[in-house]
Amino acid sequence: MTSRVSIWVESRRNGALLALWSLAAALVVYVFINGGYLIAVLQFAAIYVVFVTGLNIFMGYAGQVSFGHNAFATISGYTSAVLTTSYGWEPLTAATLGLAGALACALIVGYPTLRLRGHYLAMATLAIGLIAYEIAVQWGSVTQGYMGISGIPPLGIGRWAVVSDRGVLLLLALIAALGVLASAGIRRSRLGRALVAIAGSEDAARALGIDVARYKLIAFLISAFYAGVAGSLFVHAVGFVSPEVYGLHMVVLAFTMLYVGGIGTVTGAALGALIVSLLPETFRAFNEYQDLAYGAVLILILIYAPGGLASLPKLWSARRKEGA
Amino acid sequence: MAAALEVEGLSARYGHVEALRHVDLHVDDGELVAILGPNGAGKSTLMRALLGLVPTEGQVRFCGRAVPRRNPVAATALGLILVPEGRGIFAPMTVAENLELGAYLLKGNQAEFTRRQDRVLTLFPRLKERLAQVAGSMSGGEQQMLAIGRALMADPKILLLDEPSLGLAPRVVEEILEKLGDLNRSGLPIILVEQKAPLALKLARRAYLMSVGSIAAEIDPRHVKSHDDLARFYLG
Repeated sequence: MTSRVSIWVESRRNGALLALWSLAAALVVYVFINGGYLIAVLQFAAIYVVFVTGLNIFMGYAGQVSFGHNAFATISGYTSAVLTTSYGWEPLTAATLGLAGALACALIVGYPTLRLRGHYLAMATLAIGLIAYEIAVQWGSVTQGYMGISGIPPLGIGRWAVVSDRGVLLLLALIAALGVLASAGIRRSRLGRALVAIAGSEDAARALGIDVARYKLIAFLISAFYAGVAGSLFVHAVGFVSPEVYGLHMVVLAFTMLYVGGIGTVTGAALGALIVSLLPETFRAFNEYQDLAYGAVLILILIYAPGGLASLPKLWSARRKEGA
Repeated sequence: MAAALEVEGLSARYGHVEALRHVDLHVDDGELVAILGPNGAGKSTLMRALLGLVPTEGQVRFCGRAVPRRNPVAATALGLILVPEGRGIFAPMTVAENLELGAYLLKGNQAEFTRRQDRVLTLFPRLKERLAQVAGSMSGGEQQMLAIGRALMADPKILLLDEPSLGLAPRVVEEILEKLGDLNRSGLPIILVEQKAPLALKLARRAYLMSVGSIAAEIDPRHVKSHDDLARFYLG
């Protein structure tokens, strides 16, 4: 069964999940038609869908920990930004090279780092993220330090560039959807099953002939690829980049999205990215209490749906069975 | 009878603790050998060491070929398949997915996969009813059947079982041991690690008694007629 079909079947079996996705699609359509500030919010959400979906492959499917995937977004984003603004490269070519750089870094860093487990792996990856941030700050002759780089051209090929807000949203939504479908395909594949087995028990996986070290590295590279794509998309969609864009805030936000949506599920990461991006806007009317309301809702979600929003249908179905 | 598995001077350490000390043993073709011993005797470490899951010294040969050390993938490819202590099933996956993972090294040979799955589902019909069920939601006995079934999907040339009776009701244990007996009678060599010595000795042709990381005695089950005989072996 293809990944596209599997998501559809998963949703059809689950009325609540289908309702959530219909709501998300309706929202995108509504914002697309009416325009305004929410277009920028949804563009941001779509970029995070890509980033978090990739992180979910490494953390959710393979059960590893990374606080450092912002490093790959930094490498890809800055490479793309510098090559297009300083050297006049085509955005697509620059983004491709940025992506290759992010993958090369992931390979160099991942090979020794992935021998570590649990907290040690978390600390090592955190260090990678911090190093990338510091380089972005200190290497002022290339990155312009805290000032950042502006005037980054939009994505496009040759004379064809996506310049309108609606066009950018459509392109980002398309790339995000492709990212989720690819993630669903990975989860259903031999590779996906091996990753979930590794998350369950590395020794049991080894005892079945699964090369744990190799698959952990593959998962790391795939998630670094997603992070790199997100990093490049950001600079070309916004037209500006500074070190703060890819700072620790990005990691915290991605973790929030991952856990609110449902870590380890195919669609939870995307759902989390959408909801967490939109929540602050929902509470804008609360003025100075906006952050308080945002935080309270996140806590409530995690208390009542510890498996994330994607687990709600299962929770409701279990409650219905208990009640029957 | 030719030895399927030969182990010579196998030692393993966890840091400064010597968990296995110069273990020598052999398993003949079609033989079921029990490894007995109290908690902490090194039985589970021995299983992990045979597969290369822990760093070891010494030699392991299977069907005349050296089993590479610290390379469980190569050991599995040779046909040494372990059912780990605590079953090691993948709880969030369905029974069908767990079985698919058992045949991980098969790589897309659908006809062979179907043959192996049919064999497993014939041996454990209860798994057939539960193919779409999430493995973690099954009873302990069913999970143990799944763990053995998953190992059989790898088409083992020798099956290593680590405490399959752990935490199970006596009736379920009997059912599982009966299936292991059937498998062994079909020609599959088995190493059965078990704390419940009387149960294991009913099935085994030979047994090794382990104590403090080494082989303390080799037991012929025919010479164990009573608990007193067994106690004599344990107490030396």
